[in-house]
Amino acid sequence: MAKGSVSIIVERCKGCGFCVEFCPTKVLALSSAFNSKGYHPPYVVAPEKCSGCDLCGMYCPDFAIYGWKIPSNGKPGEDSEDEE
Amino acid sequence: MAELEVIPENPVEQFLRMERIPHIWCAGCGIGTSVNCFARALIESKVDLDKVAIVSGIGCTGRVAGYLKLDSFHTTHGRAIPFATGLKLANPKLKVIVYSGDGDLFAIGGNHFIHAARRNLDLVIICVNNLIYAMTGGQVAPTTPISALSSTTPYGCYEPPFNLPQLAEAAGATYVARWTTFHVRQLARSMKEALNKEGFSFIEIISPCPTLYQRRNRMGDGLDAMKFYKQRSKIRNGAPTSEVAFDINSDIIVGKFVDRTRPTLLGTMHHQLRERLGEKYACVEEVACH
Repeated sequence: MAKGSVSIIVERCKGCGFCVEFCPTKVLALSSAFNSKGYHPPYVVAPEKCSGCDLCGMYCPDFAIYGWKIPSNGKPGEDSEDEE
Repeated sequence: MAELEVIPENPVEQFLRMERIPHIWCAGCGIGTSVNCFARALIESKVDLDKVAIVSGIGCTGRVAGYLKLDSFHTTHGRAIPFATGLKLANPKLKVIVYSGDGDLFAIGGNHFIHAARRNLDLVIICVNNLIYAMTGGQVAPTTPISALSSTTPYGCYEPPFNLPQLAEAAGATYVARWTTFHVRQLARSMKEALNKEGFSFIEIISPCPTLYQRRNRMGDGLDAMKFYKQRSKIRNGAPTSEVAFDINSDIIVGKFVDRTRPTLLGTMHHQLRERLGEKYACVEEVACH
């Protein structure tokens, strides 16, 4: 099971491809679909590989994608930056 | 199942004025990436956000102050450091960050930079260096590499550029680092260190400018620039700053170059005035507004 997941805000994306290129586990690919501005946003091709490292979120210049760790059951302390 | 009931928010959004997003930066511009790193640094350094002020000058990077939901100040061209100096001296409890571009900080604002570094005023200077004046149409800047094309050097730039880390160190900065927008984790760590450090801290961020620099110099788009940084960057922490001049044809030396301690301006001021005036001297920190 995947350790993490990514959220993509499609309409904010400008299709620069940073997240796709630098995802360490190659979770993402650029979609052939367009958003309303005419850019190709990324989509998740391999959700099971996502580690939730949030490197995509650090690279994204448009704040359009971010990763988060899925807290494992019974260990609420593991994911500390979840709340607030 | 461990399915999340709540999907967490993007950690950077708490620092953004969301009504102004999407921003105007081009696709593939690195300024947004540096803002991400800054947001992570703010979270990790655990600074009190009510005591943070961010000052920007004019330019693409100058818009950062407008997008960040902190006490922010968008100032006149080149004068980000003078405004920041005023903020810091009037209220020394503030953590003042100057977030601006290379043209703003080193061309029109060059003098302010060296004097703030000389005095060792407690500021964090974050300079996004895209090698050109981007917002005004791609004119040559003091950081444009030799033989690069710009709108005012159509036959190639023939002026040698500044070596910003060396300039900062020679002027007296206590913390000097350079990263590219490819080095996001290292950049966030450097920003965190600079936020927690007392004294004049300077971080240079080499950033792509796909529209005005890369296009004119046939260097591809933002992603090509990022791959170029990945391929050509060499991390050399503690390297002598005289050896780290940015040259587009050789390796880009990145790392933390200087981390030292010098008495700060407010420290030396209090010391001197207390010595001369004795009891008559009212310390600024005690009368500052909160």
